[in-house]
Amino acid sequence: MPKAIRFISLSLVAALAAGIAMAQSTPEELSAAVEARQAHMKAYGGAMRVLGQMAQGEVAYDAAAATEAATRLAELSAIDQSGFWLPGTEAGAVGESEALPALFENLEDYTVRTAALNAAAVAMQTAAATDLDALRAAMGPLGGSCGACHELYRQPN
Amino acid sequence: MPVLRWLVLLGLVGAGTAWVLSGPDPLDPAVVEGLTGDAEAGKAVFIASGCASCHVAPGAVADPDFPILAGGQAFVTAFGTFRAPNISSDISVGIGGWTDADVLNAVMRGVSPQGAHYYPAFPYDAYAKATAQDMVDLVAYLRTLPGDPTVSQPNDVGFPFSIRRAVGLWKWMYRSDDWVVSDAATPEIERGRYLVEALGHCGECHTPRTALGGLDRDNWLAGAANPNGEGRIPGITPTALGWSAGEIAYYLESGFTPDFDTAGGEMVAVIRNTSRLTPEDRAAIAAYLLALPAGG
Repeated sequence: MPKAIRFISLSLVAALAAGIAMAQSTPEELSAAVEARQAHMKAYGGAMRVLGQMAQGEVAYDAAAATEAATRLAELSAIDQSGFWLPGTEAGAVGESEALPALFENLEDYTVRTAALNAAAVAMQTAAATDLDALRAAMGPLGGSCGACHELYRQPN
Repeated sequence: MPVLRWLVLLGLVGAGTAWVLSGPDPLDPAVVEGLTGDAEAGKAVFIASGCASCHVAPGAVADPDFPILAGGQAFVTAFGTFRAPNISSDISVGIGGWTDADVLNAVMRGVSPQGAHYYPAFPYDAYAKATAQDMVDLVAYLRTLPGDPTVSQPNDVGFPFSIRRAVGLWKWMYRSDDWVVSDAATPEIERGRYLVEALGHCGECHTPRTALGGLDRDNWLAGAANPNGEGRIPGITPTALGWSAGEIAYYLESGFTPDFDTAGGEMVAVIRNTSRLTPEDRAAIAAYLLALPAGG
């Protein structure tokens, strides 16, 4: 009865996967997830600073440095971030966390919004290499993609 | 039993006083006489006042030019859940049939056309400090916006806060027509005060509240518990913030902090408005904030 065996083994795999998902993370794992995602966000900020300071005219426009920053943003936003959002790491549950429960209920939407950030970063790669006006014009959509997530999923600040 | 009789009399006097003090205090209709609304100017007032942030449908992002003010967003507070009403120009379920005086009474006095108090989740205490001309302009702009048929949802407020008449006592205790910062040293700071204390109603979230929900004006903009959920709203006094005028203005324009972190939560909708102010107005807000007392 290969069909039945296949069914049983599939069920076992599903049960095992569910078991892993349900497994309680240790406090260390929880705070490591929070630290990891906050470091990731700070890395975004570091690259944004390079672009933002040029857009503001505080730092002279430098095509190479701007492109490098945009490339960093594109790479960072392409990384799989599913491990960041362990159940039990929402604001209030773990110190330092500012992530609203809504994020954990809408992880698919988070992925969509991260992809939008990635698209804005890729557009910035081209703009940053072009000239300062192009860079300035690309800042709006890029900053908007940060806000699009923070509005729904981060505590007010 | 003369003592009992006196007590009853005192109780009646007290109840009568409370009844009088809790009555609505409508605007003098003469305030709008001779004023003509300018919709274009009203659009700028609308943006600075952040009307769309609360009055668009839940989850909707306001169209920059034609926001649909359908209402429905819920504000979960310690006093109950308040729901922003439909203020679109629909005649039957919006405010399309209201006179200028009706709207000004609502916005500046917190009194409905039927004479009932609105709950102070609606920041009429801040808008009371706006000029009548700005408010009449605002009404003219609101009339250019599309109507929406969504029926306003009731608030969900438990006893004793469900007694609307008692909101009159709240107003008597906490409402004030005085500026918090009484001396504005320069015209720029004065403009900033108007944008922060009146139109922008920044104090509603950034100033802590008393147990009865009144703003604690002694800790003006010093940071507070989030009135609508978890977490804290940061202080924006010079000490609490520590940003330069340029940094504040850039944040209001772009949403980026000096560390290139970005605004979160409700502040994102606020930035959507402040990014559309003039650069002079953003600079005025910064000048006002930097002129606040250092403490807090």
